[in-house]
Amino acid sequence: MLKFPIYLDYSATTPVDPRVAEKMIPYLTELFGNPASRSHAFGWTAEKAVEEAREDVAALVGADSKEIIWTSGATESNNLAIKGAAHFYSGKGKHIITLKTEHKAVLDTVRELERVGFEATYLDVKEDGLIDLDVLKAAIRPDTVLVSVMFVNNEVGVIQPIAEIGEICREKGIIFHVDAAQATGKVEIDLSKLKVDLMSFSAHKTYGPKGIGALYVRRKPRVRLEAQMHGGGHERGLRSGTLATHQIVGMGEAFRLARLEMAEENKRVGALRDRLLKGLSQIEETFVNGDMVHRVPHNLNISFAYVEGESLIMAIKDIAVSSGSACTSASLEPSYVLRALGRNDELAHSSIRFTIGRFTTDEEIDYTIDLLQRKVGKLRELSPLWDMFKEGIDLDTVQWAAH
Amino acid sequence: MFAPVYLDHNATTPLDPAVREAMRPWFGERFGNASSRHEYGRAARKAIDEARAQVAAAVGAHPTEVLFTSGGSEANNLFIKGAAALMKPGRIAVSAIEHPCVREPARQLVRQGWQFDEIAVDGAGRIDPVAFEACLAGKPKLVSIMLANNETGVIQDVAAHARAVRAAGGWMHCDAVQALGKVKVDFRALGVQGLTLSAHKIYGPLGAGALVIDKRVELAPLVAGGGQERNLRSGTENVMAIVGFGKACELAAAAVETRAMQMAALQQRLEAGLASMGAQIFAADARRLPNTTFFAIGGVDGETLVGKLDRAGFAVASGSACSSANPEPSHTLMAMGVEAGLARSAVRVSFGAGSTGRDVDDFLTALGENLAGLRTLAAMAV
Amino acid sequence: MAYSEKVLDHYENPRNVGAFGKEDDGVGTGMVGAPACGDVMKLQIKVGKDGIIEDAKFKTYGCGSAIASSSLVTEWVKGKTLDQALEIKNTAIAEELALPPVKIHCSILAEDAIKAAVEDYKKKHNG
Repeated sequence: MLKFPIYLDYSATTPVDPRVAEKMIPYLTELFGNPASRSHAFGWTAEKAVEEAREDVAALVGADSKEIIWTSGATESNNLAIKGAAHFYSGKGKHIITLKTEHKAVLDTVRELERVGFEATYLDVKEDGLIDLDVLKAAIRPDTVLVSVMFVNNEVGVIQPIAEIGEICREKGIIFHVDAAQATGKVEIDLSKLKVDLMSFSAHKTYGPKGIGALYVRRKPRVRLEAQMHGGGHERGLRSGTLATHQIVGMGEAFRLARLEMAEENKRVGALRDRLLKGLSQIEETFVNGDMVHRVPHNLNISFAYVEGESLIMAIKDIAVSSGSACTSASLEPSYVLRALGRNDELAHSSIRFTIGRFTTDEEIDYTIDLLQRKVGKLRELSPLWDMFKEGIDLDTVQWAAH
Repeated sequence: MFAPVYLDHNATTPLDPAVREAMRPWFGERFGNASSRHEYGRAARKAIDEARAQVAAAVGAHPTEVLFTSGGSEANNLFIKGAAALMKPGRIAVSAIEHPCVREPARQLVRQGWQFDEIAVDGAGRIDPVAFEACLAGKPKLVSIMLANNETGVIQDVAAHARAVRAAGGWMHCDAVQALGKVKVDFRALGVQGLTLSAHKIYGPLGAGALVIDKRVELAPLVAGGGQERNLRSGTENVMAIVGFGKACELAAAAVETRAMQMAALQQRLEAGLASMGAQIFAADARRLPNTTFFAIGGVDGETLVGKLDRAGFAVASGSACSSANPEPSHTLMAMGVEAGLARSAVRVSFGAGSTGRDVDDFLTALGENLAGLRTLAAMAV
Repeated sequence: MAYSEKVLDHYENPRNVGAFGKEDDGVGTGMVGAPACGDVMKLQIKVGKDGIIEDAKFKTYGCGSAIASSSLVTEWVKGKTLDQALEIKNTAIAEELALPPVKIHCSILAEDAIKAAVEDYKKKHNG
């Protein structure tokens, strides 16, 4: 039995794995203590749970648990990492490098720093969505203090060469931050080998709860930050605020499960994605966005030419997907990520991001293929542009009336 | 079965079962990202809107005045740093007994050219009128005074202070985290421009708080990227916790009077017992929260006593939860002019909705038994 | 985005989808909008010897409201003279379909499509 709408938006958020929920529930019932309470067992129990979760998060990414700071989510982690490092090291220089395809949590933060006297370079990516290392090298200046590059892009799922970027940054003594919100459980992350100084994590993209994230802060060589949230001095003074025990426990369990199961899960999910790709490729004039090799197994982003994006979304409301990143989909702006990949506005508008996950079935993928084949066909029947294409008219040569 | 008696509700409260029920669907099929346009996302958005209305109603505010945050600390940081960021540096004043998550962000502003003032309190933990007048003479742009103190439970006359601050041309912020659910909190009656609330002190979940904000105050966000919460607090909304917060606010507003009466009766019973043991109750003369008793028994170390009480099955605090890691005596008591030795003896009992008269009696018995031992020890040491 | 019942009906069951031969003497063709703006409407009218619009067809690349607006005007122009067709105003289309403010441009485009089709027909005949 299919349940509608079929959820294919696992990069926007994931459901909490039932095993994670089970682990969280006791901390919402009898084990409700404040982990900062030092005078009784309620507090100690909560603190112990928090520290165990910290170990689990560290273990997934090859870090030491002392290098993990809890935050309210990846957005806050990105803010803390970028503003915290930029301000702390501003004496060394005020230039920051990032990518045009970063998440808004990085881009908006860097823009905020520009307003207070920092300079930023937003690098173009190649047509496949990947960074050009030579372009990065050329952008580095003597006063560059921070490079921020995402591990996995949220829209097109491409995996950036983090190891190589790390080498370049370390050699130049530049702090390197990586937004890994979309990477955990999808790609191997080993911070004992990667030359990454700061890395942001989120629980709710990896079957954990919303409202909790973490920031990895390297200890050797030690990276320093200026705190962004002040108060009781929690998290070694880097992030004050009462720790939400149940959410932390949930993140720990979610990351523990990811470590144990990701190899198997990625195989299964990758097979579903390939099945979806094969089915959708049968539709004429479809274009995959982003490199297919350096890509997480659960993401497929496809543009359907000659159909308009909003009508496409309306036609496929049996499935829950994204037509851009979740955070910007309230506006009708074409995705800036797809634009950075060189897609024109029409193709950007008519792109759909399918993200598959732990609970996706073969049956759901087959239904989705059939639905897209039917609906794209129907909309093209309706489309004057499709007729023109079929007549061999190059739409780029047409003089459109100003509107 | 050994079930410890929890008497530390000012640190955090257990989740109300009705709140847990409201949160439960968000563990399961209702897991959408509120920014998504599909059904899963719209359901999440709707739930957040409903919770926002519940929080607003509980404090007499308009839903559009409520900004959700990850908790009280973030809400305090957001108001203080967010408002200051868009002003020319001037004076910021906070009471000498504020929680660190008000005091520290205010103190940070010094680096941006602000002058940081602390407003002294009297021996009973109330804002000192002379100090307050002197502070206003300096025309502070921002003032923050908590509604109820987390340690002593002393309630300040925030409405009067807010009027004076407004008349002097400043914006007034109030941390009402400890007051909410224990006394009536009304945004308009208080007349403040920013009001901080937290879910986990009112039988809601950890991880959710709110800043109620007068829209005349322009704020810069602390957390950028994504544009949630009117662009003032980016990040995927913690729907489950926000739903729980909404429900907890609704329940708190409905029960505040009955709960206050019940707790006041317990407080009286406890304090009568404590007095008979020779305890000194801090801020005894001030108007206080009905659930909070901060006391000391001379010559008995507070840390040691709460350790003994924990083993006897009673969870109480020796200071505020956040700062209990450091062995410094209570900042609040120091500000009240309490002698450091006596401050080190301080123990806080804070009742909750589930506390009973039996809890009080058992606690007093356990306290009496442990005191006898500790006093003997103290006598031997001398 | 919440669509009205009428928009959904036209979107699910668009009326008069298709095309007439462009060269046909009795046919006027109007194509308005641009792909980059997100909508392109092609409206065709077939005009009888008596000057009455006998039939109309459309194809639209655009959102649900654009599809509904063009589908609706194919129904409305039928049986009208060219002058009567030109009197169809976007406000009437928007009202009929209960378009939200952000979708008013769809009704304007539909009105423009009628004008363009009529003009094309007139050009062929008064050339």
